[in-house]
Amino acid sequence: MQDSRTPAVSMRNITKVFGSIVANHNVNLDIYRGEILSLLGENGSGKTTLMNMLSGIYFPDDGEIMMDGEPVMISSPKDAFDHGIGMIHQHFKLVNVFSAAQNIILGINEAEGKKVKGFSKLDMEAASKRIREICDLYGFDVDPDQKVYDMSVSQKQTVEIVKVLFRGADILILDEPTAVLTPQETEKLFAVLRNMKADGKTVIIITHKLHEVEAISDKVAILRKGEYIGTLITKETNAQEMTNMMVGREVKLNINRPEPKNVRPRLEIKGLTVKTDDGITKLDDVSFTANTGEVLGIAGISGCGQKELLEAIAGLQPIEKGEIDYVEDDGKRVNLVGMDPIKIDMLGVSLAFVPEDRLGMGLVANMDLADNMMLRSFRRKGSIAGFTDRETPRKLAEKVVDELEVVTPSIGTPVRRLSGGNVQKVLVGREIAMNPTVLMSAYAVRGLDINASYMIYDLINQQKERGVAVVFVGEDLDVLLELSDRILVLCGGKVSGIVDGRKTDKNELGLLMTKLGGGEVG
Amino acid sequence: MFSLVTFIPRAIVQSVPLLLGCVGETLNEKSGSLNLGIPGVMYVGAISGVIGSFIYENSASTFNPVIGVIIPILACMLGSFLMGLLFCFLTVTLRANQNVTGLAMTTFGVGFGNFFGGSIIKLTGAEVPSIALSATSKAFKASLPFAGKLGVVGKLLFSYSFMTYVAIAIAFYTAYMLNKTRVGLELRAVGENPATADAAGINITKYKYSAICIGCMIAGLGGLYYVLDYASGVWSNDAFGDRGWLAIALVIFSIWRPNWAIWESMLFGGLYILYLYIPTGTNFAMKEIYKMLPYLVTIIVLIGISLRNKHENQPPEGLGLPYFREDR
Repeated sequence: MQDSRTPAVSMRNITKVFGSIVANHNVNLDIYRGEILSLLGENGSGKTTLMNMLSGIYFPDDGEIMMDGEPVMISSPKDAFDHGIGMIHQHFKLVNVFSAAQNIILGINEAEGKKVKGFSKLDMEAASKRIREICDLYGFDVDPDQKVYDMSVSQKQTVEIVKVLFRGADILILDEPTAVLTPQETEKLFAVLRNMKADGKTVIIITHKLHEVEAISDKVAILRKGEYIGTLITKETNAQEMTNMMVGREVKLNINRPEPKNVRPRLEIKGLTVKTDDGITKLDDVSFTANTGEVLGIAGISGCGQKELLEAIAGLQPIEKGEIDYVEDDGKRVNLVGMDPIKIDMLGVSLAFVPEDRLGMGLVANMDLADNMMLRSFRRKGSIAGFTDRETPRKLAEKVVDELEVVTPSIGTPVRRLSGGNVQKVLVGREIAMNPTVLMSAYAVRGLDINASYMIYDLINQQKERGVAVVFVGEDLDVLLELSDRILVLCGGKVSGIVDGRKTDKNELGLLMTKLGGGEVG
Repeated sequence: MFSLVTFIPRAIVQSVPLLLGCVGETLNEKSGSLNLGIPGVMYVGAISGVIGSFIYENSASTFNPVIGVIIPILACMLGSFLMGLLFCFLTVTLRANQNVTGLAMTTFGVGFGNFFGGSIIKLTGAEVPSIALSATSKAFKASLPFAGKLGVVGKLLFSYSFMTYVAIAIAFYTAYMLNKTRVGLELRAVGENPATADAAGINITKYKYSAICIGCMIAGLGGLYYVLDYASGVWSNDAFGDRGWLAIALVIFSIWRPNWAIWESMLFGGLYILYLYIPTGTNFAMKEIYKMLPYLVTIIVLIGISLRNKHENQPPEGLGLPYFREDR
């Protein structure tokens, strides 16, 4: 693709190696002013590493970076700011106990052409005034005095963007900005990005969500396994072409949805109410049934009680009132209220739980794959007189690595070293290996690329066909609509509707998600 | 009879080493370094000052009080600076575990102090196991001449030696620096979230080295004050006691606010000597219980801040964690 203009940023033959892993190999990328460029690629394809070299976090081992045709050296984040490059990282770089304004001015030692002396009093008034000006210009909503720990994810992200603009950046890099946003918040973000583009700013957005590429970007550059594959004009391409370039082979973009077979109630929940320690109601009178051989999708704006619902069933949340009945194959009912996970397990109820917080609740980050497998099995057969059986978990780890194509140096590697997708595969693999009758998963594909996501969907479908009752909390409505047999919509801790996944659409779900509780949801 | 007018000045005199140690440790912790070597640093600061003044007292033909004060202070700051540098090198550059390094440094510092203290005692050939640096101490203890004429007010406010006021000034300035200036904001960012500070273009290593070394120098002055001022220039091994640990406890009690630490160090100082003022007779067990009070108060504060869970009152988030930019 030829362009007569000089690129604002031009990366030439960039190579970056971490130990034995080549993160980027001979990457060439041109970015032009006033454009929104999507950087598309699977997890581990080197998108973030490449952009980290633009923002001064890493320094390239080889190759050069040019700005407006001139070679530049970017060896620290400060150099990047000086060249007008600002990056909004996926994991926010904010100090929790600081206010928005303090975070925004952090590290700036020059304001309006004057040097800010290190030991004289900071002028917070002037900073707040400028922050308000920037907010008015692009349509942000930031309270300079609000503390970061009081902010929602989307507010934190806004502070990050303002921080970059405050430093006068005209090239913004956003690393998977929508991964943690609700659809509404994503729309708001995109509106702001369009305002910036209209103002002549250049925006690079790292993502692996195709519909976002289509919605926001002018061009899309694709990386695969650290190599640059090509740049396409968004309007002239389609999801299938992009996916093929990204994955390097033909990928089917439809999620399979087998017809449910042998549907019988497995979990019956009646009038479930859960409150936090502070007395805030997180779940209010929730009733539903999860059936065998069926995927029950759970939709809702984040924080509407999804987490509490799964945790209450798994025995991790104290229950205010309500019934949770597990129905066995012969119709016998087991009451799960007031049980902890160990008791539930001892009753012979096989609940598999893939929590949202993979490395906190799901796996122990510093333990290796085999030991993490053992967490589920050490209490069971094979342990003699207090000695645990290490052989079975090791074999299981090998099997999971093998079957789910987990990329890891060995099964003796601590799981924190694996990428998000591989961590998720380990967790799902372990949970499925215990032959569950109920499989609950929260945001199973959050942060995962297309390939890994589809593998997870396939695993879920396999479990469904085995007759498992699957409860799938999701955030991507398209996926929920394609995967679920029924969809339960939560809104402010209440059930606002249970709909047939085959007959409903995004509009209906969107309405249900915001229907109840009016003021709370906003 | 118990008299507040005599008790309060005693408590304040007692508070100065704690306050200096606490401000030093607060600077360390604000940069994300849990420096448990502070008790050792204070020991080294004290003995370095003693060595400095010992050499001066024994070599100078006439004792000049100004030089007699400056030499121990410089020696003390050099000694504690080197201790700080050692801690930085091990924990910042080599990323060694801070707790282990700190505890090792405390053991080392106490040993270092006792070794050189013992050596000097031998050199003087004294009968008792201690050194008395009376001329230096007299220079350190000089207080304002008009204090005695102002009655109770003079006794409560103006009767102290210059280092007391210096300590309070350091505490106030540190609080101001941390909360109001750019350097303070950046230092706090380094301690809270080094990755964020790094991405904002702040030199983490520079801030950590500066905060730890300066903090150690301030803490070292606390040790110096104890020997040359409070103890009237008498060094005897292990006399400093557990004041270093008390200073670290004070950091928690003051919830990382040096300006609060001023008043709280006085409270700690008071609690520390309370047993002398409450008639316990020969009941030594009661005495020990009174000596325990400062720690008890610290535990109660810890319980309090943990229960309230207010973000501003928590330790810096990055406390105790090494930082390496390319750690993935």
